[in-house]
Amino acid sequence: MTIDLKTVKHISKLSRISIEDEKAKKLEKDLNSIFKWIEQLNQLNTDNVEPLTSIAETTLRLRKDQIISKNIREDILKNSPKDNKDYFVVPKVVE
Amino acid sequence: MTNIIDLTLDELANKIKSKEISSTEVTSAYVDRSKSSKKLNTYVEETFEQALKNANKFDNKPNFEKKLPGIPLAVKDLFCTHNVRTTASSKILENFIPTYESTVTQNLWDAGAILLGKLNCDEFAMGSSNETSYFGNVISPIDNNLVPGGSSGGSASALAAKLTPATIGTDTGGSIRQPASFTGTVGLKPTYGSCSRYGIVAFASSLDQAGPMTRNVKDCALLLEVMSSFDQKDSTSIDFKRPNYSLKLNKNIKGKKIGIPKEYRVDGMPSEIEKLWEKGKEFLKECGAEIVDISLPHTNYALPTYYIVAPAEASSNLARYDGVKYGFRAEGENLIDMYEKTRSQGFGDEVKRRIMIGTYVLSSGYYDAYYLKAQKVRMLIKNDFDEAFKKVDAILTPSTPSSAFKIGDKKDDPVSMYLNDIFTVPVNLAGLPGISIPAGLDKNNYPLGLQIIGKPFDEQGILDIAYSMEEKINFKLKTNDWWIK
Repeated sequence: MTIDLKTVKHISKLSRISIEDEKAKKLEKDLNSIFKWIEQLNQLNTDNVEPLTSIAETTLRLRKDQIISKNIREDILKNSPKDNKDYFVVPKVVE
Repeated sequence: MTNIIDLTLDELANKIKSKEISSTEVTSAYVDRSKSSKKLNTYVEETFEQALKNANKFDNKPNFEKKLPGIPLAVKDLFCTHNVRTTASSKILENFIPTYESTVTQNLWDAGAILLGKLNCDEFAMGSSNETSYFGNVISPIDNNLVPGGSSGGSASALAAKLTPATIGTDTGGSIRQPASFTGTVGLKPTYGSCSRYGIVAFASSLDQAGPMTRNVKDCALLLEVMSSFDQKDSTSIDFKRPNYSLKLNKNIKGKKIGIPKEYRVDGMPSEIEKLWEKGKEFLKECGAEIVDISLPHTNYALPTYYIVAPAEASSNLARYDGVKYGFRAEGENLIDMYEKTRSQGFGDEVKRRIMIGTYVLSSGYYDAYYLKAQKVRMLIKNDFDEAFKKVDAILTPSTPSSAFKIGDKKDDPVSMYLNDIFTVPVNLAGLPGISIPAGLDKNNYPLGLQIIGKPFDEQGILDIAYSMEEKINFKLKTNDWWIK
């Protein structure tokens, strides 16, 4: 199956990555060659095979419900791309 | 006295313990050499001054009980380091200062090691040549214009150029073993669940493992035993008794059965790789091991499986980079526009390509055809290894299908770049330990490596085999310091 330009743009939308038309064309070419190569998996019959979802067959551990974090609010906010001492700032979302 | 930079990790530890040399002397030697080796572009962040201060602190109040007493180490810039910039070689994390330390690096510092700096890698560890880094290509000390491999390319290059006595990398599909093979060094990917993933910038969580990269097998065993620990902070960390690998290291591999998988004889593989493999078999026989022909019938399907599973997990992991709480942000007309522009400008081409592959295979209508299919094939690949390990103790293969290539040679053809990892990827899919050791040179005098794959948690077994082969191979890495002005 082939991936057309419309599909590339749809994937870009789903991925929240904007792409220019020129790049979309290059991606269309790359993705088609990659998926053509990937499709050799269809040679295999996997009807009765269980999917392998995790190598480490562990049951998730429970931890004690206690606060272990130190008070590092300021340090965390220092990494914020928009300067603000109190909050993360984003473009207006509610009119 | 031998030059400090020529000493192995193990020798350094012993000489510091016996007070023959100080941490300051060692750290200064590596800082000076790193400063004059900028041409290789191995460092993303240098912490030289802090390293010298820490070395001084160690010398004033030394603790010789530690396994890595006052030893400076540079690490791949995929490990979060508290208050030290951590970028994953991406623009989107260009100014990110972690508020926490990865468990693996914490284990190094707890053992007495000192951070020298953060090493370049492929962006988010996605690449096999270190050409996808936002901070530029890393050059291999083996030859000008030669890639060091990837994604732990900065680590491999810094190690081979003796800018650090040892280093650590991460391996999702071969990112420790392939660059180790390209640079004539030793690299080990542990069993999935051995080294904690906490604080490592995530790529594909069901495959990612951290591991040691060193100049010889003994150092590899020593560094692994420091790195490896059970960690409550990683939900897939496995609680098992971790041996003192370096103390238990044993050259006697008499009677061990080593499998040779026929499917690893791939079309177009250079004859020198074939010869190297034959040589490896001969060495093993001389060491008293028994060679057994085995079959891993689904080998050919490992790479396509990987290129569904890894991008799918990556697309999900990298969804966190949205320009809101940390990292790069591009301004947009509204929230969605801000997200789309941030991710478009913040990620490089290979990362975007993989996020989009992953998004596609997980999207409605394609999930069963691609993602579920790949998970089923992954089971078949794991079953192949389970069957093989009923007959053998370990498996010997080449590490890579070719030696290192020139910068730019494979950049425009993603599939040919992906084929580099043909021998390493199956090991990640099955969660097994694998080690690459230098085993010879090609016609250009570029290093070639052999890989030993072990049963789950049998790191000791593959280290022992590597240790006995290392002595027979007697590989000597030669670089003439051409990059130093």
